[in-house]
Amino acid sequence: MGSASGTPAAPASPTGRTAPVRPGPRRRVAAALHRHAGVRLSLLLSAPLAWLGVAYLGALAALFVTAFWSTDSFTGDLVRTFTWANFHDVVTIEVYRTVALRSLGVAAAVTLIDMVIAFPMAFAMAKVASPRAQRWLVIAVLTPLWASYLVKAYAWRVMLSSDGLLGWGYGLTATVLTLSYLWLPYMILPIYAGLERLPDSLLDAAGDLGARGWRTFRTVVWPLTFPAIVAGSVFTFSLSLGDYIAVKIVGGKSQLIGNVVYDNIGAANNLPFAAAVATIPVVIMLVYLAAVRRTGALENL
Amino acid sequence: MNLSRTARLALRLALALGLGVIYVPLGIVLLNSFNSDRTFAWPPTGFTTRWWSTAWSSSGVRDALWTSVQAGAGATAIALVLGTMAAFAVQRHRFFGRDAVSLLIVLPIALPGIVTGIALNNAFRTILEPFGVGLGLFTVIVGHATFCVVTVHNNVLARLRRTGLNLEEASADLGADTFTTFRLVTFPMMRSALLAGGLLAFALSFDEVVVTYFTAGAQNTLPLLIFGYIRLGQQLPIVNAIAFAMIVLTVIPVVLAQRLMRDTGVLRRGGTAALIAK
Repeated sequence: MGSASGTPAAPASPTGRTAPVRPGPRRRVAAALHRHAGVRLSLLLSAPLAWLGVAYLGALAALFVTAFWSTDSFTGDLVRTFTWANFHDVVTIEVYRTVALRSLGVAAAVTLIDMVIAFPMAFAMAKVASPRAQRWLVIAVLTPLWASYLVKAYAWRVMLSSDGLLGWGYGLTATVLTLSYLWLPYMILPIYAGLERLPDSLLDAAGDLGARGWRTFRTVVWPLTFPAIVAGSVFTFSLSLGDYIAVKIVGGKSQLIGNVVYDNIGAANNLPFAAAVATIPVVIMLVYLAAVRRTGALENL
Repeated sequence: MNLSRTARLALRLALALGLGVIYVPLGIVLLNSFNSDRTFAWPPTGFTTRWWSTAWSSSGVRDALWTSVQAGAGATAIALVLGTMAAFAVQRHRFFGRDAVSLLIVLPIALPGIVTGIALNNAFRTILEPFGVGLGLFTVIVGHATFCVVTVHNNVLARLRRTGLNLEEASADLGADTFTTFRLVTFPMMRSALLAGGLLAFALSFDEVVVTYFTAGAQNTLPLLIFGYIRLGQQLPIVNAIAFAMIVLTVIPVVLAQRLMRDTGVLRRGGTAALIAK
């Protein structure tokens, strides 16, 4: 915004009055805001920061602090004294290590399956389909993404039940399948967006220089779309790690980190331990985000 | 493009198969909502519209639907205000910690939902309960607004990047003050971006269950009602009908938002988070 707008210029107005009109309070506030970018910025940031920075981050921090407390085993009340016991239990008790590793395995399997399915689909959308078809394809992929998460998990429950269409039964495999299905569009979209930004001329150049399909893929397409693929994997990984509902619906008896947290909040009423367990996916995600930061994946989110 | 015919055919086939995999389960839900057999054994045997009429006349379903609509409207309103403010701050100003602010806005959807859920649950119970405010519609709205901000923010940000400052400078040069410029120039420019972001925020809130579970208390939203039915194995035929109705109810705002977003350039920039924030 360029010139100062606080006071109108002095020259005579059409009505013939020469004295500049003294600006009203609204105009003065507007002028002050206009001149002081810092004030403007603080006002703009105030509410979002109060909400997300203070309330949300505060809640997360409070949760983390709770992880160092314990509950009284008789009354179930919080005991607000510092202890490492929860983290000690999480690390040393066999069950939790198994659950953590299993969750990590499920998240990795889901990410891999989605990558393998999503890439050819995204490639066909971005580089084979006509521009007109592309628009419809994006909508076709996006729309079911918004169709209720529960409905989709439930659809798989119906299909996998012993007399359903597939009839494979429930368990860890069913969980991996269902999660892969749920998060597939989250993988397709970033890869599609990445491929759309990849100029066709590069592929043509690779062809002109004698590269066949596979070589073009390995030396041109893959390196340039890698950040987009990683961006997709951030979604599939994080969403799989935090899930407890799909597991409840199709997982049979198997447990993931999410269920342990859920059970400790509900049945066991042990918030400190739930908080300690919940730090596992957070730490994994933070490590993952830090590891992929250098690929430029986060700009693709 | 130097793709062989076989490669093209294979890619098209992969796309068709993939879309098939995406849509078949949804089709089955629709089919089963008309299936007269309560066990949904495959293939379906008889046709009935009984489940639809039962779902329609159930007061529990209607109450839950109304709660979901209220929660969605409240969360969307808050997200529109906060998201727009944050987008203006991030796009129009250079300041220390700008990247941190961007990260903060994405954080509620980047962290596993259950973490956000129990953190909010813990905070609400410690802070609000002494004031006599229990978990309910209010806390659901607060929770939803937290992760809805990002959809509005990303849409407005994309729009601001594309439009630049020229028109607003022209308006200022012509003597309009900050408020008038906002009312006559900036706001009309952003209207469709706000609408798209708002619609997505509403759809996101309408369908959310992970965080809602921990913030709703005794209040039932539509997804919580369905989750309860599925978990207890009750009313499953009705679930199919509600579930399909929910797909339609969620998809309408998304398709509308899609049409509006075509010109905000969100997708082209790779702003997947704006589209699929969850």
